[in-house]
Amino acid sequence: MSDRPVRTEIRDVIIIGSGPAGLTAAIYTARANLRPLVFEGALSSTGDQPGGQLMLTTEVENYPGFVDGIQGPDLMMAMRAQAARFGAEFVTDKIDRVDFSSRPGRVWVGEAEYRGRAVIVATGARAKMLGLENERRLIGHGVSTCATCDGFFFGDQTIAVVGGGDSALEEANFLTKFAEKVYVIHRRDSLRASKIMQERSFKNDKIEFVWDSVPVELHGDDRLAGATVKNVKTGALTHLDITGLFVAIGHHPNTSLFVGQLAMDDASYLLTHRGTHLNVEGVFAAGDVQDRTYRQAITAAGSGCMAAIDAERWLESQPHEADIVETPTDW
Amino acid sequence: MAGNYVTLTNETFDEEVGGSDLPLIVDFWAEWCGPCRMVAPVLEQIAAENATKIRLAKLNVDDAPAIAQRYNIMSIPTLMVFQDGVAKKRIVGAKGKGQLLEDFAEFL
Repeated sequence: MSDRPVRTEIRDVIIIGSGPAGLTAAIYTARANLRPLVFEGALSSTGDQPGGQLMLTTEVENYPGFVDGIQGPDLMMAMRAQAARFGAEFVTDKIDRVDFSSRPGRVWVGEAEYRGRAVIVATGARAKMLGLENERRLIGHGVSTCATCDGFFFGDQTIAVVGGGDSALEEANFLTKFAEKVYVIHRRDSLRASKIMQERSFKNDKIEFVWDSVPVELHGDDRLAGATVKNVKTGALTHLDITGLFVAIGHHPNTSLFVGQLAMDDASYLLTHRGTHLNVEGVFAAGDVQDRTYRQAITAAGSGCMAAIDAERWLESQPHEADIVETPTDW
Repeated sequence: MAGNYVTLTNETFDEEVGGSDLPLIVDFWAEWCGPCRMVAPVLEQIAAENATKIRLAKLNVDDAPAIAQRYNIMSIPTLMVFQDGVAKKRIVGAKGKGQLLEDFAEFL
C-alpha cells in the first residue's frame, strides 16, 4: 500500500437501498442539492437487487397516477432516472459493513469507505424461504423466488404457491395464465389476503386451495418432482404431483447489516420515532425495513420522502464540516 | 455499447451456436423479466471489453420457447456458454459484473 493518507469523501447524504423508499429519498435530497450517493445493491434474481422487490413484479395496479397500471421494473427504472436527473449518484454494489458509532456515518463496500453526514436506510425486506432441505438446490429447477420471471416455463403444468397473503394470491392468479393448475398451500383455514384478491382467487377455476397445510419435503434430483405436504391439524401427509413451487410466505427485513447499531423490534424491523429518526442521530429509515404493517410501494415512497425531509432538516441544524477527511495511516 | 451481440431466433440458433469461433454466451431473457433487463447492459459491457475472447448472443424465450425447452430453461435470466456448439456452463439468475467475470473466467 502507499503511504499516503486515505482520503475519504464525505457526502451530505448516503442512501442505502434503491426501492421506492430509497429512490424517493434520492429524488428529494437531490432536488435539495444534497448530492445523495445511493448504494443500490448488486444484481441478483431476488428482491434484494437494484430497484428492490418491484423488479420481480409485473403489473402494478395500485400505484397512483397510472390509470392502466405500470410494470414494476418500468416504475423502478423511471424512479431511478428521475433521481439521476437531479444529480443523485449510484454505486451498484452491496454494502458489507457500516459503522454509525462516529459521525459522519461510515459504510464500506469491500475496502472502499464512504462517509455520509446523514444516512438513510432503505434496505427493504426479502422474501422468506421455507427452509426445507433441497429447497436451495432446486431454485431455478422448479423452485422459484420470482413468479414473474419463471411462470412462463410452467405452461400446462401443475404447480403450487405457498402462502395466504396478497402476494401469494397475486402470484397464484398470475401463474394461472400459464399453468394447468395451481395449488395454494396455506397453513391456516382462512386467508390474510385482501377481499378483492380472495374473490379473484376463489373464482379462478385453475386455483385449488390446500388448507391447514405446510410443505414438509421437496422431491426431485435435477428438477422438482413433487412435494409432500402435511396437514397441521390432522398430521396427515399428502403427495402433491407438482413441477413448480413458488414461495410467498412473507418477508424479513434486511437489517443484519445493522445489528448492534440500530434499534430493532422483535421481528428485526428498524424502530423509528419522530417520523423517520432512528436511535442513532443522523440516521433515518424508510420503506419496508421499518414497516411491518403496510409494506406498499406507495407507503415506501411516502416514507422515503419523509426521511429525505427529516435528513435535510437535521443537516441544516448541524454545523458544516469539511468535505474531505484525511485519516493518517501507518503503511 | 449496444449492438455488440447477436440476436438469436429459432432459425439461426443452431447455426450461430455451432458456428461461433469464440465461446458464445447465450442470454435467455424476456421483456417481462426485471432481472433480465438489469443484467443485459452488464453482459454487453463484458462482451465489449472481451471482444477478442468471447461473444454474446441473446435469445428471447417468448420468441423461441422450443429452444428454451430444449435446454430445460426454467428460470430467467439463464446464461449458457457454448464452445464449438457444446454447452460448457450454465448460470441461473442475475449477478453483478464481478461475479459474472469470475463465472466466465475460464473463457476469458
